Amino acid sequence: MSGEQSASAEHNTVDHKPTYGIYILVWLVLMTLTGVTVAVAGINFGNLTVATALTIACIKSYLVLTFFMHLKTETATFKIFVAVAVLFLLISISLLFSDYSFL
Amino acid sequence: MHNNGNSVSYLDYKGKHSGIFAWILSTDHKRIGLLYLMSTLIFFAVGVTLAFFMRLELIAPGRTIMDPQTYNSLFTLHGIIMIFLFVIPALPAVFGNFFLPILIGAKDVAFPRLNLLSWWLLVIGGLLAVISVFLPGGPVDTGWTFYIPYSIRTNTNVMPALIAAFILGFSSILTGLNFVVTIHRLHAPGMGFFRMPLFVWSLYATAWVQILATPIVGITLLLVVFERAFGVGLFDPALGGDPVLYQHLFWIYSHPAVYIMILPAMGVISEIIPVFAHRTIFGYKFIAFSSLAIALFGSMVWAHHMFTVGMSETAQVIFSLLTFLVAIPSAIKVFNWVATLYKGSIQTDAPLLYALGFIFLFSIGGFTGLIQGALSVNMHIHDTSFIVAHFHYVMFGGTGFGIFAALHYWFPKMFGKMYNMRTAKTGFWFLFVGFNTLYFPMFVMGWLGMPRRYFDYLPEFHIYHFISTIGSWILITGLIIMFTNFIKALRSKTTYTKINPWGGETLEWSIQNTPSLENFEVIPTITAGPYEYKDNDEILVKEDN
Amino acid sequence: MSTIAEHTVEHVHRDDVGSRLGMWLFLFTELVLFGGMFLVYAVYRYTYQAEFHVAAKELNTSLGALNTIILLTSSLTIVLSIVAIRKKNKNLSVFFQIVTIVLAVGFLVNKYFEWNIKIHHGIFPGSEILLGKGNGEVIFFGLYYVMTGLHALHVMIGILLIEVMTGYTIKGRINETNYVRLESAGLYWHLVDLIWIFLFPLFYLIT
Repeated sequence: MSGEQSASAEHNTVDHKPTYGIYILVWLVLMTLTGVTVAVAGINFGNLTVATALTIACIKSYLVLTFFMHLKTETATFKIFVAVAVLFLLISISLLFSDYSFL
Repeated sequence: MHNNGNSVSYLDYKGKHSGIFAWILSTDHKRIGLLYLMSTLIFFAVGVTLAFFMRLELIAPGRTIMDPQTYNSLFTLHGIIMIFLFVIPALPAVFGNFFLPILIGAKDVAFPRLNLLSWWLLVIGGLLAVISVFLPGGPVDTGWTFYIPYSIRTNTNVMPALIAAFILGFSSILTGLNFVVTIHRLHAPGMGFFRMPLFVWSLYATAWVQILATPIVGITLLLVVFERAFGVGLFDPALGGDPVLYQHLFWIYSHPAVYIMILPAMGVISEIIPVFAHRTIFGYKFIAFSSLAIALFGSMVWAHHMFTVGMSETAQVIFSLLTFLVAIPSAIKVFNWVATLYKGSIQTDAPLLYALGFIFLFSIGGFTGLIQGALSVNMHIHDTSFIVAHFHYVMFGGTGFGIFAALHYWFPKMFGKMYNMRTAKTGFWFLFVGFNTLYFPMFVMGWLGMPRRYFDYLPEFHIYHFISTIGSWILITGLIIMFTNFIKALRSKTTYTKINPWGGETLEWSIQNTPSLENFEVIPTITAGPYEYKDNDEILVKEDN
Repeated sequence: MSTIAEHTVEHVHRDDVGSRLGMWLFLFTELVLFGGMFLVYAVYRYTYQAEFHVAAKELNTSLGALNTIILLTSSLTIVLSIVAIRKKNKNLSVFFQIVTIVLAVGFLVNKYFEWNIKIHHGIFPGSEILLGKGNGEVIFFGLYYVMTGLHALHVMIGILLIEVMTGYTIKGRINETNYVRLESAGLYWHLVDLIWIFLFPLFYLIT
């Protein structure tokens, strides 16, 4: 339609050379992390147990978002959008706990 | 860009469907906008009728025309219909659909078929809500908030109402999604974000709230459905669930939802004020960013609906403080509108009257909102008719008047007909006077202790209820005057050909009335901001010739 | 998520970036939908810590871990199918899509057995055995059924979606120059995976 769009549509088809290797590598890391999270679940870190599990889950999601979901090669708009959505959830949970943590 | 009315208007365009299917299967954003207009106005009429009977019941203490159970159902249905089927979709889905693509110089929205789907979802959800009234079990009587535990104990038709609200939420999400992509991807060359009209900015902020907040209420209502169907125990106090958590989740959406309702109205006012003052808007960027700020802060204040439920004091203080903060961006807008009027050459046609009505009523609604945001006062007026007055000042005096302003402003462009200006102004004064007579006494009696949602009241409140009911009659007279004026205009044979009756500078005023299927013959290239009125006098003279 | 307007005036306007943007926005709504449930989970886990620990012992960690591996692998195969189609290798792309579907079905079969065993042991919402336990355990299993149930529903939708894509690929509607539909379906599938990445530790690994 507009010049801007056809330019970006072209950009879309020629962005980066697709390769299998990187995805298989990411998958291997994800598998390892799954192994780690199951292995450390048995150890009692006290309050840190949940934190450890969630940290590993966050690393895994980061990998899925960046590589499998191609966020790495998308424009800044996409990255800002994801940040906004995550921020919204974080705001909600922290404000919600301003009620539950202080009873 | 002037095509002198040669192109076929969207109203006469022959697509592949005919008859009514040319409308209900159309993917043209303008036709979908009119579909939304028709459906939301029908639901508005239903909501007004319900409210009329509620007010009539309250004209005298004790039973007047209905029993208490009917009254409970009436205020519930009034709430559900007005919120989910009128105030939320009315501005974004009607005027957003019709004008967003035109305002940014596009041929349609990004996903036209998705757009049609969201209208169908609205219709399905609306019908489900209506059907639930007539199913055995009786109309839902929980209030539109579906508070636990009553909503999992009552035997009325809560399930269909919950599912209806879920579907309507989905419809709202899809509209928001469509608008965000449209604004990002389809703006005309040269139209950067800071050359977009402020209505577009407000729709953008609204769309984000629709996308991010609506799923929360979706899942919450779904959890109530599961609770009723399977007894999963997530909210049921008998099984260890926490009813206050339900309220949290409900308001995480439903407070931002009031910004879904008011933000587009603010956008409309930001369009109308500079046009009728013939002056560049004062503080464009402040107004633009205040929309985003309202969307952000608006998501952080939900628990101010719950100051009396026994939250932690920390939470109460935080939410009270944030509530005061959200007033700042709203106030920025009001100051900028007023500053735009200052030293302008003001043309007091009906759209401006409604816009000024908006500013006045919204200011009262906004200030009384701050009163409730203060913790100690909130304890006193919580769940009284003070609250009812407050949100009607914001939702009806604000959004409602915004919708009427938009109707009067864009009517000639949408239909190629012009209404009678004198009648429109008369209608405004009836509405304005009726509105204040109806709702202002509620502030007073609420302050004196009249609870909301009550079927009966003590004799000392009689005078206020009586005045209020009289006000509802004046208000309805105003509505009848306004809509007969529109219907007369639509039925008249004379076509209105002036393409820029008010002297606006935004793109819709550069194309023919009742625009063609693709709006523009050639996509315009934008070289200036939307409100540059330096040569406005010239344009007005040219139009008159 | 097609962007082609069905007007008789042919303006076939294609905007792949716009389509992906739309898909991402849709994913946010899914994310927040589950986010709402995670909020509920967080509050009750905070309230009933000890009981959640006891209740989680009933869940089979190996089954959960197996399902995690299955889903992560299916995420890999769907992304590989996109690489394949971009490399003009249609058959390989179809193969990877079918593997994805098979893995997804495997996930559901696993889930079915898991639920079946629980229900067989009398642990389901409203059952006498469950109601005989503490409130925290009732809520734990309430959440377990609702969250994994809704997740399983998303897996089913994902299977349907990928099946449609496979059909498109075979017919050539998805090809090396126009594969945005497959990308969008892939994005959806990865989201299903993302949610499981959080469900797994929060339900199976807190003993």
